[in-house]
Amino acid sequence: MIRIAIIRFPGTNCDRDTLHVIKNILKINTELVWHTDNNIDKYDVAILPGGFSYGDNLRAGIIAAHSPALKIIKDMANKGKPILGICNGFQILVESGLLPGSLLYNSSLKFVCKWINVKVNNCKTSFTSDCKKSSILRMPIAHAEGRYFIDNKGLKELKRNNQIVFTYVNEQGIKNERSNPNGSLENIAGISNIEGNVVGLMPHPERSSEKILSPYNNDDGIKIIQSVVNNLKG
Amino acid sequence: MSTQRGTYKVIVKIENKPLIKDPEGEVILRDLLMKNNYNQVSNIRTAKLLEFEVKANNSENAKKIIKEICDELRIYNPLVSNCIIELEEES
Repeated sequence: MIRIAIIRFPGTNCDRDTLHVIKNILKINTELVWHTDNNIDKYDVAILPGGFSYGDNLRAGIIAAHSPALKIIKDMANKGKPILGICNGFQILVESGLLPGSLLYNSSLKFVCKWINVKVNNCKTSFTSDCKKSSILRMPIAHAEGRYFIDNKGLKELKRNNQIVFTYVNEQGIKNERSNPNGSLENIAGISNIEGNVVGLMPHPERSSEKILSPYNNDDGIKIIQSVVNNLKG
Repeated sequence: MSTQRGTYKVIVKIENKPLIKDPEGEVILRDLLMKNNYNQVSNIRTAKLLEFEVKANNSENAKKIIKEICDELRIYNPLVSNCIIELEEES
């Protein structure tokens, strides 16, 4: 039986939404786990949900990245267990070095909260295997620090290893400046590690997993968690 | 002191006055340093730093111009903050 851990830090606030989707919609055994718990590695999957861990002090995600929980999560990632970071969770994965690059303040210097479209560029990761290549997912974003940046060398590496999992696009699937909500380099919305078992993204799949909650009557976000569940079920 | 007209880099540090609580500094100290056993540090204060490139007759003049800008345009809030103006040393 698959067991999924949703890790909570002081200031995490998307934990219960994520729990609801996995437990009540996908009917998977899921628990909220406080970040000081020593037994995180007994779970098959760890999810770092969104929110404002430690009030985003210093830089979003930096303080949570130093918590003992992240040491355990690094070990889990090295063993090939799937790890997902959503929004603040993505920021934590980047700050802890589990994923490359940085998430800077949005180029508008504003908190941006809206529905966007992302294209799935890599459907071989643990969290995108149920998506069709180049399919478009509509999900909401809600963040102030989401402008992805990496140096030229890092960008080449990402491209070579097919690690740019999600890019912001318009409804037609075209990547341009207008479809980029925060100034991210190359419209990057989410990336993976080389192995594809660690994925981070700024959009919120847990807020777009039920048609009734979407102004577009869609549930695209469910595919993210569904992918990992179907993978583990084999 | 340089007497030549040129471009000077002036550093402006805006920090809260000592009596004003600095929650961000407290979180960095408590949740990052102390939790990782760096017990040598007893206090952290955060500040904002601005770098100005300014054309002036000499370095003192450069600092004076920036001081005036900071005061006139309320770049810092004098009620709660101190504003420290320094010239970047030429390397």
